[in-house]
Amino acid sequence: MTYKYFPHTEDELQAMLEKAGVKSLDGLYAQIPESIRFRGDYKLPSEMSEQEVRDCFAKLGSQNEQLTCFAGFGVYDHYTPSVIPSLLARSEFLTSYTPYQAEISQGTLHYIFEYQSMMAELTGMDISNASMYDGTTAAAEAAMMAVAAGKKQGKVLVSEGINPRTRAVLDTYALHKGIELVTIPMKDGATDLSALTSQLSSLEGVAGVMVQQPNVYGIVEDFTGFAETCHEHKALFIIDSVAADLAVLKTPGEWGADIAVGDGQSLGIPMLFGGPYVGYMCCTEKLIRKMPGRIVGMTKDNREQRAFVLTLQAREQHIRRQKATSNICSNQSLMALFVTVYLSLMGKQGMKEAAQLSYAGAHYLCEQLLKTGKFRLAYDKPFFNEFFVKYDGDTDALYKRFIDAGFLGGVKYEDGILFAVTEKRTKEEIDNLVKIAAL
Amino acid sequence: MNNRLYGNLIFELSKEGRKGYSLPKNNFGSYEIPASMMRNEEAALPECDELTVVRHYTNLSNNNFGVDTGFYPLGSCTMKYNPKINEEMAALPQFQGLHPEQPANTTKGALALVSLLEKSLCELTGLAHFTFKPYAGAHGELTGLMTIDNYHRSRGDMQRKKVIVPDSAHGTNPASAAVCGLEIVEVKSLADGTVDFEDLKRLVAEEGPNIAAMMMTNPNTLGLFETRIPEIAKLIHDCGGLMYYDGANLNPMLGACRPGDMGFDVMHINLHKTFSTPHGGGGPGSGPVGVREGLQEFFPTVSPYHGNFAVMMRAYAYILSLGKEHVKEVGPLAVLNANYIKESLKDVYELPIDTVCCHEFVFDGLKDKSTGVTTMDVAKRLLDYGYHAPTIYFPLLFHESLMVEPTENESKETLDGFIAVMRKIAEEAKTDPELVKTAPHNTPIGRVDDVLAAKQVIVNYRQLKAKA
Repeated sequence: MTYKYFPHTEDELQAMLEKAGVKSLDGLYAQIPESIRFRGDYKLPSEMSEQEVRDCFAKLGSQNEQLTCFAGFGVYDHYTPSVIPSLLARSEFLTSYTPYQAEISQGTLHYIFEYQSMMAELTGMDISNASMYDGTTAAAEAAMMAVAAGKKQGKVLVSEGINPRTRAVLDTYALHKGIELVTIPMKDGATDLSALTSQLSSLEGVAGVMVQQPNVYGIVEDFTGFAETCHEHKALFIIDSVAADLAVLKTPGEWGADIAVGDGQSLGIPMLFGGPYVGYMCCTEKLIRKMPGRIVGMTKDNREQRAFVLTLQAREQHIRRQKATSNICSNQSLMALFVTVYLSLMGKQGMKEAAQLSYAGAHYLCEQLLKTGKFRLAYDKPFFNEFFVKYDGDTDALYKRFIDAGFLGGVKYEDGILFAVTEKRTKEEIDNLVKIAAL
Repeated sequence: MNNRLYGNLIFELSKEGRKGYSLPKNNFGSYEIPASMMRNEEAALPECDELTVVRHYTNLSNNNFGVDTGFYPLGSCTMKYNPKINEEMAALPQFQGLHPEQPANTTKGALALVSLLEKSLCELTGLAHFTFKPYAGAHGELTGLMTIDNYHRSRGDMQRKKVIVPDSAHGTNPASAAVCGLEIVEVKSLADGTVDFEDLKRLVAEEGPNIAAMMMTNPNTLGLFETRIPEIAKLIHDCGGLMYYDGANLNPMLGACRPGDMGFDVMHINLHKTFSTPHGGGGPGSGPVGVREGLQEFFPTVSPYHGNFAVMMRAYAYILSLGKEHVKEVGPLAVLNANYIKESLKDVYELPIDTVCCHEFVFDGLKDKSTGVTTMDVAKRLLDYGYHAPTIYFPLLFHESLMVEPTENESKETLDGFIAVMRKIAEEAKTDPELVKTAPHNTPIGRVDDVLAAKQVIVNYRQLKAKA
């Protein structure tokens, strides 16, 4: 029975079985009816040595193609400072549980407080919770929060400019929770304020209005007048944003949002085939008791020291049980540490510089593509680091040419391509991509 | 773990003009972000050099306790060892840069891993298909219930909105049902903590056509196996409902019993419990949902891609490492460790249900209640001795619940050390109760003022400065 993860020697096994009052390990399961007892061998591979596990993963890894990434669509290839993996590997962080025992969890509680502080700064909102799973589920939680805060109102208006991946998750939650989602149409690549205004006037019971910034086409929308219109009709205004972009873009707080949500993946988290990432959710002070998820607050201990602790737990699922409006527990804590360390390193200046680089790279790529004469911008609207172009030719063939040359040439969407550029993309890479595009 | 409080916030170490990053030069020429797009107020992020950041978070980590630090008998959380090879595999560069929108023919290795892990989990649970979209245990519960709801809707069975749960269930079960638009009906427990079959029969007779599912853990929250599970499953199936298995307590079943064979139709697994992926201070986890053949078409879209893929990589490395030979030893050894502690302490701690348990068991506080020392006090005193506390005040069936779950990775010496300290605390409760009631004494901070935290509501640095 000896195995590297099991310390029991034969003598110890016997002594422990005796103490437990059974004759064999099998005796520990005497209460299980024989008809459902599993007696066979699992059809699994035989145990592997560490080297064999490495070989197995290396073989799997070799079947993935390593492409230079110009894709976005909510997931971006940003640079990860070397400090982060090293600090995240600290087993005191990695192998701990949710910080219920505050006396031996100040490390976790401290960084969550810092995380909440930084997300509030980025979004320009009063309050942040301790994290959500990802951007798409954070959006779904925001819709449910708006409905819960608005009591009997069961509708949420969602801009057509929301990423369809987010919309699919929203649709799922809405179906089961009994929330009606109504689409706000776009006009020239941006959410149509006059359509929203007339929807708010004609529809009963709208609890929230959700838009995305930048929207699915990468366009930076002008939300002037949106918050006022929402509030006139007692609907909460929700903005879904890519976290990194908020270091420079006008914030949800400045646009008058009541809830800000989005994904924190853009804060240096590797793309890793979809996860783990971290969602964020921030709100106004007024809404704090309606917000789902964990929150860490400052207090003091019985030695008069400043200390941090999980607080406002009466809002949470395990206390409210069937009255709960969210079932979210602790989640993605280590990824919250990831973005906290990222933001500590990048700081005020680094975030702006990285944003400037992404902006410049994207605009350079866009210009070069247009110069080939084979592309045109679908909408003449300002964008940040992602843009939507139509190609005069076979888009599928072009996309395949990119891959054959080692590029993930954007994301095919509708009848065009969405290209995204981050600070990681060099001028040389962009020039090479354009060469293929020009063929 | 260092017992002196470090205590700083990164904002308090910030100095204007310092930087902890390096970025490439801008070779693109001048593309200025238009002012109309830009935020008016700067984000007040810290400005620190690299070493300051590294020391800060290293010092913070020293005020934390993890499985690698010491014994972590936290009931219902399965705090097993998180093997290092799993971390190494999850960090492989060939997976780090995969964009989730990449065409499938360029991500063959990653997709193969998903499918191999699915196959393994099917074999271990006796179910036919898994979805990896759920990001956590609670997310898995929700996904499982949505799957069940979708199934009933597809049959036009729109009235099936009631979910039966035992009254001892974790609070997340009813919350998940509520988010799914379903309603909880509680079935009573018997004195031994198992489902009251007579009460269940009454519920089924009353609510039959409205029952969507029954949601259970097995072994249950008290660590006891529900021996009547085949009858329970038949009763629920006969009235048209489905059986949902909350995989929170799957660990002791490895090598003993499979949920599919018990009669369950839908389940979630916490990869961060049974399959050794780290808890990370509260995530990221992974809550894949498995179903019987035919139900896979009802999986909902609860996330865009393959869930927390890197967590799945770790779980697969664990399964490969153990192999079929050792996976089946996990359950028996975990169960042995739990029974060994239980039997070694039941003369000084109150054991309400004295029987062979599975992976965990619950004491109802100290046997001698005259000292005034509570479960909270015992838990806090354990911290002084270098142990993480068990789960306390859950389940709600007892006033002084103290729920202990060792895992298969813990040695007899570790368990003996814990047992000795638990006995010593029971002794201290008699000889020096104040010492225990005012514990912990050897930790970075003492007991915290929860009421103050909820009253003053300071949840970020901006508020901290404003209210200082």
